[in-house]
Amino acid sequence: MTTVDTTGPDLAPSAGEGRRPAPPRPTRAGRPRDPRARRARRGGLTPYALLTPALIVLALIVGWPLVQLVVTSFQEFGRAQVFGAPPAWVWFENYADVLTDPVFHGVLVRSLAFAAACVVTTMLFGTLVALMMTRLTKFFRMLLSIGMLLAWAMPALTATVVWGWMFDTAYGVVNHVLVNWFGLAEYFQHSWLIDPLSFFLVAGLIIVWGAVPFVAFTLYAGLTQVPDEVLEAAQLDGAGGVARFRLIVFPYLKPIFLIVTILQIIWDLRVFTQIFALQDIGGIRALTSTLGVYIYQTSIAGGDFGHGGAIAVITAILLMSISIFYIRHLAKEEEL
Amino acid sequence: MTRTRLATVAYSAVSIVLFAFFVFPVYWMVNTSLQPNNEIRGSDLHFWPDNLTLRNYETVLFDPGRTPFLPAAGNSLTVTVLTVVIALVFAFLASVAVTRFRFASRRAFIITILVVQMIPGEAMIVSVFRVIDGWHLLNTIAGLTLVYVATVLPFTIWTLRGFVNGVPVELEEAAMIDGCSRAGAFWRVTFPLLAPGLVATGVFGFIQAWNEFIMALVLNARPEMMTLPVWLRTFLVANGTTNWAGLMAGSTLMAIPVIVFFLVVQGRMTSGLVSGAVKG
Repeated sequence: MTTVDTTGPDLAPSAGEGRRPAPPRPTRAGRPRDPRARRARRGGLTPYALLTPALIVLALIVGWPLVQLVVTSFQEFGRAQVFGAPPAWVWFENYADVLTDPVFHGVLVRSLAFAAACVVTTMLFGTLVALMMTRLTKFFRMLLSIGMLLAWAMPALTATVVWGWMFDTAYGVVNHVLVNWFGLAEYFQHSWLIDPLSFFLVAGLIIVWGAVPFVAFTLYAGLTQVPDEVLEAAQLDGAGGVARFRLIVFPYLKPIFLIVTILQIIWDLRVFTQIFALQDIGGIRALTSTLGVYIYQTSIAGGDFGHGGAIAVITAILLMSISIFYIRHLAKEEEL
Repeated sequence: MTRTRLATVAYSAVSIVLFAFFVFPVYWMVNTSLQPNNEIRGSDLHFWPDNLTLRNYETVLFDPGRTPFLPAAGNSLTVTVLTVVIALVFAFLASVAVTRFRFASRRAFIITILVVQMIPGEAMIVSVFRVIDGWHLLNTIAGLTLVYVATVLPFTIWTLRGFVNGVPVELEEAAMIDGCSRAGAFWRVTFPLLAPGLVATGVFGFIQAWNEFIMALVLNARPEMMTLPVWLRTFLVANGTTNWAGLMAGSTLMAIPVIVFFLVVQGRMTSGLVSGAVKG
């Protein structure tokens, strides 16, 4: 979730599937074909005309900048170039600089470790909540659903600001409760954001809090597809709870589980808003920047578009190589 | 029996704790926003607004400080509505093309959409900034709208494609047998059935554009051109941690439309399709 991100394309309903009338008639080649495909027309230039507006926008705002990005990453492009000096071609120098820069190594390791921790926690927590939802009575399931919907709906930025307030050094509710209710005097005026480790603890909490609803709802929807008869049969055969989950529920859930995990990896590696805003509230930028924030700092704040471009290209390659799994899955699932 | 009942009670208890965990930040935001700022900075904690005041909202809305709220809200609304309308129209045309026609590069187009959807915006800020700057569209509604349309478009096309696919071609064919032209059949039969899908997709686009932060931060940094997320961040940086009550009031104002829309559309995405249009 991002932000943007709570709404992946997987929310797209695959309606119409399973509503196809009659078994497909074999075509002349003897191969059954999708009846929809049989009916659809080629339509000459019409489909291309329909695609034109979308393609123009994407070419202007995604295609052209993408070309620019790659070009810039091979150039020395600083403030002087922004004001009109011709950029010099340095080819792979920016990449060499970035890849040998210990600061970048720090950012990369931090991003990977943080994303890994967030993904594991989110998936574990989300799975447990989904499993629990199947055991709840209707009233309590509704209650929990409403709570999770509220958390899911919260914009990432406002969520970060609110959690930042809850963890405020002087007047935050967390410190107050820890000191006055639990008698932990060391948390009086405790700063959560100064120390990088506890900074990431708070950031992770914000991210997990916002991501668990999506995971739990999606997995719960998957769990309701597991046929009761199979579970009952297994129970009669003496399979305990753990065995039933491992042998029956998990195989059913596996495809959904995989795709949700991939989405979480992508979103958590891309995290920007939460880290950026928490740094505004009180973190030390140099010790807490992740990939997205580092790109912003190098290029926009620092004015070094050349190195910023190289970092951006490396980040994009890293993320797109993970996204391939997701795209392949969608393309297969939806029978393009 | 008693064991299962015990388990039910235990699960119910855990679900209440979880409910509290998910709701508390939202509650705390509203709660803080309704209290006087000097009170929330006292040594006592107020778990409910016992000295209820709307002063913070007044300050945020009407105080002509360095960071006025209303122009930012206006910018956000303008950009978001324009984005949704343009993206819906473009995406609708594209989704009709990929669902109702078989043309040579159809599959390639859908794959492209999926790939574009996954390109990380964080990596693109540098070059989008420079391209928009090159067209002299920095700090304009048009520039930001253009970027948002491109951001929202892949998701919108993909979702609408699912909805159009959900309307059986048989319905159109029946209308054509009754004398409609192909376009007429699509317009009179399929389009009305798509209304819930268009609404749902539009609302998701709205939420995406309304919440978008990083592009707005880079492209529309000038105070009078800010959108709400950038405004909130500026308010945060300008006041530091001195005006949490005001900050919470601003957060609430920004979050409310999103939360309302989100709750409304959540059910729509799964139901309200064309169920019943064609039997089994």
